[in-house]
Amino acid sequence: MWTLLRPALVMLGGFTLLLGLIVPLGFTGIAQVLFPQAANGSLVVQDGQVVGSDLIARRLEGAAWFQPRPSGSDAGAAPSNLGPTSAALLDAVRARADGGRAVPADAATASGSGLDPHVSPANAALQAARVAAARGLPLAQLQALVERHTEGRALGLLGEPRVNVLRLNLALGAP
Amino acid sequence: MTLIGWAQIALLLTLVLATAVPLGRYIAAVAEGRVRILHPIEAVLYRAAGVDPAQGMGWQRYVLAMLALNAAGFLLLYVLLRAQAWLPLNPQGLPGLSPWLAFNTAISFVTNTNWQAYSGETAMSHFSQMAGLAVQNFLSAATGIALALALTRALAAGGVQALGNFWADLVRITLYLLLPLTLLLALLLVAQGVPQTLTGAAAIEGGGAIPLGPAAFQVAIKQLGTNGGGFFGVNSAHPLENPTAIANLAQLWAILVIPFALTLTFGRMVGDRRQGWALFAVMMVFVIAGTALTYAAEAAGNPPHIAAGLNPADGNMEGKEVRHGIAMSALWAVATTGASNGSVNAMHDSFTPLGGLVPMFLIQLGEVLPGGVGSGLYGMLIFVLLAVFVAGLMVGRTPEYLGKKIQAREVKLAMLAVLVVPACVLGFSALAALLPVALASVQDAGPHGLSEILYAYSSAAGNNGSAFAGFGADTPFMNTTLGIAMLLGRYAIIVPVLAIAGSLAAKPRAPASSGSFPTHGPLFVGLLCGVILILGGLQFLPALFLGPIAEQFALLAGQTF
Repeated sequence: MWTLLRPALVMLGGFTLLLGLIVPLGFTGIAQVLFPQAANGSLVVQDGQVVGSDLIARRLEGAAWFQPRPSGSDAGAAPSNLGPTSAALLDAVRARADGGRAVPADAATASGSGLDPHVSPANAALQAARVAAARGLPLAQLQALVERHTEGRALGLLGEPRVNVLRLNLALGAP
Repeated sequence: MTLIGWAQIALLLTLVLATAVPLGRYIAAVAEGRVRILHPIEAVLYRAAGVDPAQGMGWQRYVLAMLALNAAGFLLLYVLLRAQAWLPLNPQGLPGLSPWLAFNTAISFVTNTNWQAYSGETAMSHFSQMAGLAVQNFLSAATGIALALALTRALAAGGVQALGNFWADLVRITLYLLLPLTLLLALLLVAQGVPQTLTGAAAIEGGGAIPLGPAAFQVAIKQLGTNGGGFFGVNSAHPLENPTAIANLAQLWAILVIPFALTLTFGRMVGDRRQGWALFAVMMVFVIAGTALTYAAEAAGNPPHIAAGLNPADGNMEGKEVRHGIAMSALWAVATTGASNGSVNAMHDSFTPLGGLVPMFLIQLGEVLPGGVGSGLYGMLIFVLLAVFVAGLMVGRTPEYLGKKIQAREVKLAMLAVLVVPACVLGFSALAALLPVALASVQDAGPHGLSEILYAYSSAAGNNGSAFAGFGADTPFMNTTLGIAMLLGRYAIIVPVLAIAGSLAAKPRAPASSGSFPTHGPLFVGLLCGVILILGGLQFLPALFLGPIAEQFALLAGQTF
């Protein structure tokens, strides 16, 4: 029995020490030195205060701000996890589409994380009219701003074109 | 579907193909003890453990060693999770887990399932993630690969008893394969924005917080080891766990590369590389077909939602992230379920019925397409034995594989291994569909509710770990029954597999003759695909008709529940 248990306990203990503590702690040190911004959550700091993360949606209430994608839950940022034939989901989509036509799908659906920092360029373009009206700014100025904040596909191929809502709102500034 | 979507899919699969070839060769070198860079560390471990790495083990000793490590790992993880509140690196002061949840989670990580009935950022301390869960990510992956190597050696040699030394396999795979790849991938992920820090959440001015932790290292091994357990609750849909298109591609590659490479390792070790390529081809056929189906279904979108005004060109974006889009979400769903990984970058629960059926069916087919690290290869070899048996029946010859006669004992054990998953999935799902205590976990009404139950037990018994996540899995009933399904889905397959390895190892390897049925050509690839579909999938068809297929018709008719 001991000849069976001894290697099991030694291997488990040794690898817990190595793979659970030594290596990840050392790796954390390396990551902190090489990529301090990315390793700490890509925080966005303005006037010495953390106002959010480049990677996490932040909702600023009001028509004068660009809005991230709808949340899937009333309780906070979360996916809805509702099925494709869910009546509750269809009602929510109808309400968000608000009788519009060819509404960008990401404007009326919750994301997988509930924290999606991006919207599609079409969604941002749609919102530009509302934001321009609320702020009394010319639409062309907003459109140009959206265009400047539109990120393309990585290497021209990977992922989808998108607009980071927090960055866009920070560029706008307070109304 | 768009051309650029398909171009992204093609790029990933080409990348996997191109890297699987050298990696398969390297794994063979590791398995044969030819890689020795970290020999001092190896030697310390062997000496402390009282193990002679050169001493071969028969199949019973190999199984016992594996079970001893896994049982000890389960106990340690259970204790760590229960005692979390008193352990270090708990900046948020999180309490210990309930007994049910700790039981379920410990089984889940030891069996390489990584089913998660909790959300990492609100339930797990950094210590539990790093020293508990991530360690099992390594060890369960190395366990799977070790078992596949043992079965491979049984087929490669003739008239032997020993299948290799479990401890030497475990140490070498961990140190020379998993650890270096994990460090490389983790570094790339940090550069892309996945956090790696020991601090707790960062507060945001004006309310809210950004969850942080030592995520990148754990995310890297969760993909490479086909474990799949997310650092954060929503897994690789979380922008901090999978921040960019590059990170997404790298993680997809990591999910697929080792399972595919192992088929080529197999070909090398049995001395006929064509045999490895045949298994590779079968797996790739299913991955491509599954991706095409899922991508088409998701790109077509949700007809009632389109009628409500959504742009039909955008596809079904509910539960998907803008930066990943439809194509890479569909490919991920197929890769993660084909490969027994279980991480998600979009919510499968919100996929269209057909788009969700494909991932579920890939799990039900036995997690061999390409399957988990190691478990995919040994699972596939079980189907191979059944395929040559079927072929033997058709032409009236004694079935052979690689010159070894496949006889009643092997076929019986193979059937046992193949029947475990359907028995667990259908049995537990039928039970759950009848019991009010189980039905309380179901979120959606109508056929989708049945799909949620079926998916949960398929995922557990298939050791996958993904979920239709609206399903409320953190109840005593679900934690227990899903835990049992995970145990059976792992060990009730492993033991017959190793018993087969033991009996095959002892048989001589006869040279191929003109009467041998070649197991490397397109004919055999086709036969194997058919056997997997029929033996692996047919028993699920009635249940799938009541769930996702009924739901697809309801959706087309515009009916909601």
